[in-house]
Amino acid sequence: MKDVHGPAGQPQWHHPRFGRSAPGRSFRRDLRTYLWGLCLALSLTVVPFALVYWHLMTTGSLWIAIGLFALVQAVVHFRCFLHVHPPHENVDEMLLVLFTAVILVMMAGGTVWILGNLHSRMY
Amino acid sequence: MNGDTLDNPGFRLSAIHHHVDREDEVRFGFWVFLMSDAIIFGLIFATYATMIGATAGGPGPKKLFDIGSVAIETGALLLSSFTFGMASLALLYRSGRGVVIAWLVVTLLLGLVFLGFEVHDFLTMFALGGSPDRSGFTSAFFALVPLHGLHVTTGCIWMVVLIGQMLRYGTDEDVRLGVQRLALFWHFLDIVWIAIFSLVYLGGLA
Repeated sequence: MKDVHGPAGQPQWHHPRFGRSAPGRSFRRDLRTYLWGLCLALSLTVVPFALVYWHLMTTGSLWIAIGLFALVQAVVHFRCFLHVHPPHENVDEMLLVLFTAVILVMMAGGTVWILGNLHSRMY
Repeated sequence: MNGDTLDNPGFRLSAIHHHVDREDEVRFGFWVFLMSDAIIFGLIFATYATMIGATAGGPGPKKLFDIGSVAIETGALLLSSFTFGMASLALLYRSGRGVVIAWLVVTLLLGLVFLGFEVHDFLTMFALGGSPDRSGFTSAFFALVPLHGLHVTTGCIWMVVLIGQMLRYGTDEDVRLGVQRLALFWHFLDIVWIAIFSLVYLGGLA
């Protein structure tokens, strides 16, 4: 392997958004981040599947629970796998993600709202 | 950025300065692509949400979906996200080209397991009379879920290409940037899958 970056044992490039100057970066620390991500994501997946499989709640509260578990798991993935750490974020990428979120809320939320409203007036 | 300059001023004056800048540019460009893709997925999710009840007398979620199969697909994709993380770490800490390739091959196999079960699901749905032309609900389903499957297929092909490049060229800068971008793509697809199994499958079966 041809490598020009630094001594072995040190990260050879700024890994996707671990933070450019994160102190104490090491293989063990990074490995722990991924392991935490895996364990959290697994448990956040198993619980809603179990809730639905054994139908442990009424349908309405099941939907709310599924939505909450999905939201938390998405945050875990962003943090542990995609390494998005809001306070240390690159400003450009932060603005990009926020802009996308705004567009999504307006267009997807608007679609569901308007069509749901029309649907309720049909009957 | 300032911290870097203070930590290792020599690095900033060498050719590596250029590498870091190019890496930032390449990654930002790829994030722009991912976010535009997120908007496409978001709108198709919205379309699906408006079509949930539109079965037109045809089979609905409870008849068409198999929670066991979805659980296996979810597990395979989640594990593959982790194994890709291991490939990223092996590359980042120079554990050797063989280790990186081994983790990528494991990731690829998990991706193929996911796709195999997904195709099996679709065929089962067809057999149960849930083909895309049956109702608004099945049309919306087959617009959303196979779109994600196509993304995973593309990711698998990309992974094969990267493994080939790594065997041929080693882990030079272009290959490393390729792995970084595929990592973002792969983890992003796993997040889209969270939304799919929650809204489409679990929501439909609840």
